[in-house]
Amino acid sequence: MTMLKSDTYSQDLLQLTENQTLDFNSNLASLVKEIRVKSANNVVKLNIPSDKDEDWRFTDLSDLQKQNWCLANKTDLNSFVLDGFILEEASHSRLVFVNGFYAANLSDISALSDENIYVGNLSNLDEDKIGKISEYLSKNEPKNEVFTALNSAGITDAFVIWVKANTKIVTPIHLLHLTARENFSCFTQPRILVVAEAHSNLNFIEYYGAVASGCSDSVKQNYYLTNAVTEIHLQDNAEIHHTRIQRESGDCFHIAKTTAFQDKNSHYTINEVSLGGKFYRHNLHIQQQGEETQTNLNGLTMLQGKQMGDTHSEVSLTKPHGTINQLHKFIIDDSGRGVFNGKIHVPKLAQLTNATQLNRNLLLSSKARINTKPELQITADNVKCAHGATISQLEADEIFYLRSRGLNEYDARHLLMDAFAAEIIDKIPYESLKHRLTQCVTCRTLE
Amino acid sequence: MMNQPILSVRNLTVNVDNTPILKGVNLEINAGEIHAIMGRNGSGKSTFSKVLTGHPEYEVTGGEVIYKGENLLEKEPEERALAGIFLAFQYPLEIPGVSNLDFLRVAYNARCKYLKLEELDAFDFEDLVEEKLDIVKMDSAFLARSLNEGFSGGEKKRNEILQMALLEPTLGILDEIDSGLDIDALRIVSEGVNKLRKPDNAFLLITHYQRLLDYITPDFVHVMYQGKIVMSGDKDLALELEKKGYDFLEEENLVAN
Repeated sequence: MTMLKSDTYSQDLLQLTENQTLDFNSNLASLVKEIRVKSANNVVKLNIPSDKDEDWRFTDLSDLQKQNWCLANKTDLNSFVLDGFILEEASHSRLVFVNGFYAANLSDISALSDENIYVGNLSNLDEDKIGKISEYLSKNEPKNEVFTALNSAGITDAFVIWVKANTKIVTPIHLLHLTARENFSCFTQPRILVVAEAHSNLNFIEYYGAVASGCSDSVKQNYYLTNAVTEIHLQDNAEIHHTRIQRESGDCFHIAKTTAFQDKNSHYTINEVSLGGKFYRHNLHIQQQGEETQTNLNGLTMLQGKQMGDTHSEVSLTKPHGTINQLHKFIIDDSGRGVFNGKIHVPKLAQLTNATQLNRNLLLSSKARINTKPELQITADNVKCAHGATISQLEADEIFYLRSRGLNEYDARHLLMDAFAAEIIDKIPYESLKHRLTQCVTCRTLE
Repeated sequence: MMNQPILSVRNLTVNVDNTPILKGVNLEINAGEIHAIMGRNGSGKSTFSKVLTGHPEYEVTGGEVIYKGENLLEKEPEERALAGIFLAFQYPLEIPGVSNLDFLRVAYNARCKYLKLEELDAFDFEDLVEEKLDIVKMDSAFLARSLNEGFSGGEKKRNEILQMALLEPTLGILDEIDSGLDIDALRIVSEGVNKLRKPDNAFLLITHYQRLLDYITPDFVHVMYQGKIVMSGDKDLALELEKKGYDFLEEENLVAN
């Protein structure tokens, strides 16, 4: 296997996307091509970040660059693979992609047959929405993010949720991306576009998993790379509840960018749970575009072995009366390494902002490591902004209290750990998913 | 061994951070008895309760503690709990994320397992708890909340007594159960303890004030002073202490020296 040179690495990844076929009608095809070309031009100017880049100081990509990646193939899977992934609450509102390709045979959106709702892939989007899509797809994309640009340069299809104005959908929408393992190091670029028009209300689950036998943590021979981009648009008074689950297998590099654009008086909540992967990096960016927006960012990252997990969040406010509540937790065991960076920009235009940010970390071994940086940039003078970071081990007094009730030390420790995780997991509004995640947490902590 | 004491403490000495705190405590508790240990702050009362339950920060430097014929000091905290020792904490810990009901069930089932009794599932356990809630006049809404999180002082103490009611200890140690309680809560907590009293169990109350002993009548009152039990008597001793204050011990001590 030839090693790719690191200075041309991003271009080598880009080349993989060059001969992709686009299965779109002509209007959509020309629009997507334009995005692909523009983004490709950005990629060629950018290197894969190193520790010299402030945003990647503690997050080492050198292992990723040792791999010789090839694009994952379109793969047809039998529906029995879904057994471990179907959510009771969303059994007929599920859209499935495998290796970046829409899998119609695995999807079931029969519960969403409302003319005001589109849940499907980009290729099948109707004409009137195609006419508007340039306002949403690849909007305001930063020019300095090589992985985001790579994804945009390789758009072939996308999960799309589009909810028309004044429409409320109670049924959760489940977007499931599966990677089917190949006998080479495979690369997929999932893409999600969510548009919530004015006064609409929806909730969705974004779930990343791999098709593998047994527990998905067991390390197989070949690595795979998931480079995901999710764009979410909330128009005036729209409300979205977003659950993002990263449950990739232990040999995955998962890099993701989520952007939420919030118009006036919109409410956006994300509960992010990251359990799997060898390497996880999530850039979560909230762009406020109107007054009185409300944003809730909750996250839980569990790391063990030599797992690396990094969440970089950024909230850019530009209007007054915004509210932000952020709580991100890490549980780190063994030689796991966590990075949290939480930026909140509050310029003069964003008076009367009310922001709280808390990052809590539970370190379970002497080799576990967390680098945490709350980063509040405030120039407005009439705002309430609080932030904090805590790093702790399990409290001896808490363990003693539980032992004095007859629990052994092992059970006491795990009860406390599960409780630490539960504060985030309990915010997820789907009982079956909550139950599954709790089991995962317990299973991993009981190793 | 019909008349074997539940607890027998002989010449117990204990250090905390290399400082002697208990300097030779002797105490014997038999089935059916209620003992009260009184004393001012820093006399060693709370240390004594923590040592009996096996808190790892306390170092036993001498003496022995025999519980139901066995050496208590070599047992782990959970082994002591399972064997029937229960400490109602002066400051019960708040543990966010652990529901009160789940915690009670885990603790209850740990004890069932130890006693080789059948463990209860969530439904049967809830029925049992509902029954016990009445002992401390607690609302079942407390069960769904996180363990002690955001509970008032009185609610925390009632929750301790609820745990005790479920675990049915042989020796219940109540460390300043009266602190932070208003009169109504004090009455509820005390009545709860009285209801749990049985011929085959015993209680050790640790308190500053005689007030608690109006509600729970002790068979014996001990006065702890500078790490020792310096005086023992019946409930009248508590009244005498209340009248004279702890200062008279100082005078007696001076006389003794």
